[in-house]
Amino acid sequence: MKQTSPFDDLLRGVWKENPVLVQTLGLCPTLAVTNSVANAVAMSIATFFVLVGSSFLVSSFKRYVPNEVRIATYVLIIATFVTVADMVLEATVPGIHKALGAFVGLIIVNCIILARQEAFAAKNPVGRAVLDAVGYGVGFTITMLIMGTIREVLGSGTFLGFHLFGPHYEPWVFFTLPPGGFITLGSVLLFLGWHKERRAARARLRTRPLEAVERVAA
Amino acid sequence: MSEPHGHIHGAPAAPGPDVATSKLLRTLALAGAAAGLLIVLAYGWTAPTIERNKAAALQAAIAEVLKDPAQCDTLFVNGSSLSPTLPAGADPKTARRVYLGYDADHRRIGFAIPAAEPGFQDVVSLIFGYDPASKQLLGMKVLDSKETPGLGSKIESDTAFDNQFGRVVAPLTGVKSDRYNPQDRHQVDMITGATISSRAVIRIISNALTQLGPALDSYSEEKRP
Repeated sequence: MKQTSPFDDLLRGVWKENPVLVQTLGLCPTLAVTNSVANAVAMSIATFFVLVGSSFLVSSFKRYVPNEVRIATYVLIIATFVTVADMVLEATVPGIHKALGAFVGLIIVNCIILARQEAFAAKNPVGRAVLDAVGYGVGFTITMLIMGTIREVLGSGTFLGFHLFGPHYEPWVFFTLPPGGFITLGSVLLFLGWHKERRAARARLRTRPLEAVERVAA
Repeated sequence: MSEPHGHIHGAPAAPGPDVATSKLLRTLALAGAAAGLLIVLAYGWTAPTIERNKAAALQAAIAEVLKDPAQCDTLFVNGSSLSPTLPAGADPKTARRVYLGYDADHRRIGFAIPAAEPGFQDVVSLIFGYDPASKQLLGMKVLDSKETPGLGSKIESDTAFDNQFGRVVAPLTGVKSDRYNPQDRHQVDMITGATISSRAVIRIISNALTQLGPALDSYSEEKRP
């Protein structure tokens, strides 16, 4: 496997291989609990904790785990972290814990986490595995924040509970409901796709301007 | 990954195809034991706070379903009667309780009765206010449920559904919206798309009243001035 710098390990998951926006993994929590910024942040913190903790343990003990039982062991490790995160959330932020409902428990089957264990943490040293997990956790958090902000601002007229538009704003409740989640995610992905295409087109123009001009002329 | 089997884990490739079963068992047993230990530690650390939060939530729920009582007595269910003290031999943690609320003039408002039964996915626990003299419900609040998000979970969030329990009279019957008659004070208009969860709420209340009805009635009568 090609060696990459620690910086690459960290940044890969944040943007270039963003788990949600590029790989479209972990869509269930992204759609389900981003109806407010507070829920999105709590979910992101819980997922970050589980991802980093699991990657650390899986990478630390990879030599001692036989190939045949590796998936069972990963799931056990992930489930343990999720259970701990669930109890800590219930003790510290009971309101948010109630709002997140079953989705905290469902972090166990979040494919971002299992995929990072199988694809990276189980094959790389502890330091790189943790950096990779931090990058992916931050990438997931960024997506959750984008979704939560759009949906709360439009759907409730608030940001983290603070009213933004005064009493005359009629909240666009649609955005806090499930269809609003799909529309928001679709729009964000569409915008990013459009942005990527445009950048690629500009790059083509820079490297081969003549060819591009000819094509336009034709 | 297109690598052949067995090389991807940093461990040297095993000479034979099989790892001893005892090693597999040992690995999983050790991982399980460590996981169990971690969970027990986290539980020990968080349980007191969670209990405190739940007690505070229960107090708030009692205040809500009894419309802010000035005073509230805890009564223990002892067979078919209620007693202000814990019945002999009962476990203080699991003993069934009801709460009797009084207004500022020390008149009875009614009982707040917690109850829990299986809903669509998991146990739904709720608390409701009930006045045995008029058989009228005073309010209902779902304390905990894991019903389907967006559908069954509406039993917690649909205020139109929840507010009905402030005016209906026992015994309750759940009806679908197209057959709902607002004049009939026994009818509860169920949530469209959440029929099973709505029925569960009605069933929980009805069963609690069947079980506790005689106790509530007798306590009302013997203490009535």
